[in-house]
Amino acid sequence: MNSGDTAWVMTCAALVFIMTPGVAFFYGGLARRKNMLSVLMQCFLIMCLMSLQWVLFGYSLAFGPDVGHGIIGSLKWFGLNGVGFEPYDGYSSTIPHLAFMIFQAMFAIITPALMVGAFAERIKFSAFVVLMLLWTTFVYDPIAHWVWGGGWLSNLGALDFAGGIVVHVSSGVSALLMAILIGKRIRSNGGGFAPHNLTLTVLGGGLLWFGWFGFNAGSALGAGGLAANAFVTTNTATATAGLTWALIEWRRLGAPTTLGIVTGALAGLVAITPACGFVSPISSIAIGAIASMVCYMAVTAVKAKFGYDDAFDVFGVHGVGGMWGTLATGLFAEKVINEAGSNGLFFGNVKLFFIQGFYLVACIAYALIVTWILYKVVDALIGMRVNREDELVGLDLTQHHESAYTVLE
Amino acid sequence: MKYIIAIIQPHKLDDVRKELENVEVNLITVSNVLGRGRQKGYTEVYRGIQEIGLLKKTKIEIAVNEDFVEPAISAITKGAHTGKPGDGKIFILDLNEVVRIGTGERGGVAIG
Repeated sequence: MNSGDTAWVMTCAALVFIMTPGVAFFYGGLARRKNMLSVLMQCFLIMCLMSLQWVLFGYSLAFGPDVGHGIIGSLKWFGLNGVGFEPYDGYSSTIPHLAFMIFQAMFAIITPALMVGAFAERIKFSAFVVLMLLWTTFVYDPIAHWVWGGGWLSNLGALDFAGGIVVHVSSGVSALLMAILIGKRIRSNGGGFAPHNLTLTVLGGGLLWFGWFGFNAGSALGAGGLAANAFVTTNTATATAGLTWALIEWRRLGAPTTLGIVTGALAGLVAITPACGFVSPISSIAIGAIASMVCYMAVTAVKAKFGYDDAFDVFGVHGVGGMWGTLATGLFAEKVINEAGSNGLFFGNVKLFFIQGFYLVACIAYALIVTWILYKVVDALIGMRVNREDELVGLDLTQHHESAYTVLE
Repeated sequence: MKYIIAIIQPHKLDDVRKELENVEVNLITVSNVLGRGRQKGYTEVYRGIQEIGLLKKTKIEIAVNEDFVEPAISAITKGAHTGKPGDGKIFILDLNEVVRIGTGERGGVAIG
């Protein structure tokens, strides 16, 4: 047991926690006024619901002793049975098992919260609650087990330092499917879908960047050089990506936008997530720059071409950014940075790149199939979408009986 | 008595108020409004996607006695004019009655 490591991981758990309110404000600012609270509420509900899911059975499914074949954890640790003060050597020998558990809980909270941005402004709250609980249990928990909980993908040698696939690609592709299945939003009279308060989006983006240091550097599970490397690569990739997005807009549209620079920074954060503990700070500059290029194409050209209504670009930023980061790990990883990792394509090892590609395909296929089934079940039982009139009036009033902003003094 | 409604560019409000003060029209009600004229709104870009929004405009409302109608119109026109599309419009309506809530006075004396 190491008190420095323990203090760092618990601090990082708190940092990752603040990312979910950050996401709430990031998305909330992008929503229309009439749906502001519904977005905040959906994120807050996930914070409460997944905290309980995790201590009751989610942690055991994801990280508990394998039931065989590396598919899923058993319920042996149901209700945190046996998860106590002592370290569990399988994950970290220097921090209490409880500290590792609560750090991971924050990841299980933010992952479904990321999806809120795709189906926002038209989902029925009751159906949302059920779908999120099922999704976290049947999509997130198994994939976390495969990669981090001693499952079959980790035995294969796939690298995902802080959750490029487990968190971002899994939520990004699932969210895209949900957005397509639920259908497009109804446009506002005369106003389209213009964001109602970008200042809150910038605030949310700032909280995300801040919390992400815990997300990535905390994933070292110790207070040492590897954590420092993850911290530096995270900051460097993010800064590069924010600048790159602004420059792309300046050149293509004639002006850099505030939403653009924040979106770019977020794309950089996502892309560096799987790589941050395996690549050098100089490599992270390339990862960040390319992240903004591919995500910019995704949210503008790809979204326009296919016409889906991924309201706040969950797929375009988290899905695509996560895919790039996963492949980039296969290109830029160096054993000099992390002895437990591998060398990537640029450091003489072709194999890792293909493992990363296989890892992507396997997780995307699983997430899409299971998400489709879960969505269809909940849609048949409850109905996923609010009716037309409720959508026009707004989810704040119709789903929660309140308004974000008063008009009269 | 006339009721004057003017829709102007928000950034011209200070100029219009100065011109109105020069002709001793001090009472004014101002509100933020959205609208569009022949120029058909303004293009905003969010993540590369264009949204055609209504333009932000400022609405001025003034009640005046007959002697002040033409000076007020000239003041608003002078203050709000840029010569570009979107300068706005002035509407003049007949005003039947005015009541000053504090004293109960009515008509022309209550207007100023």
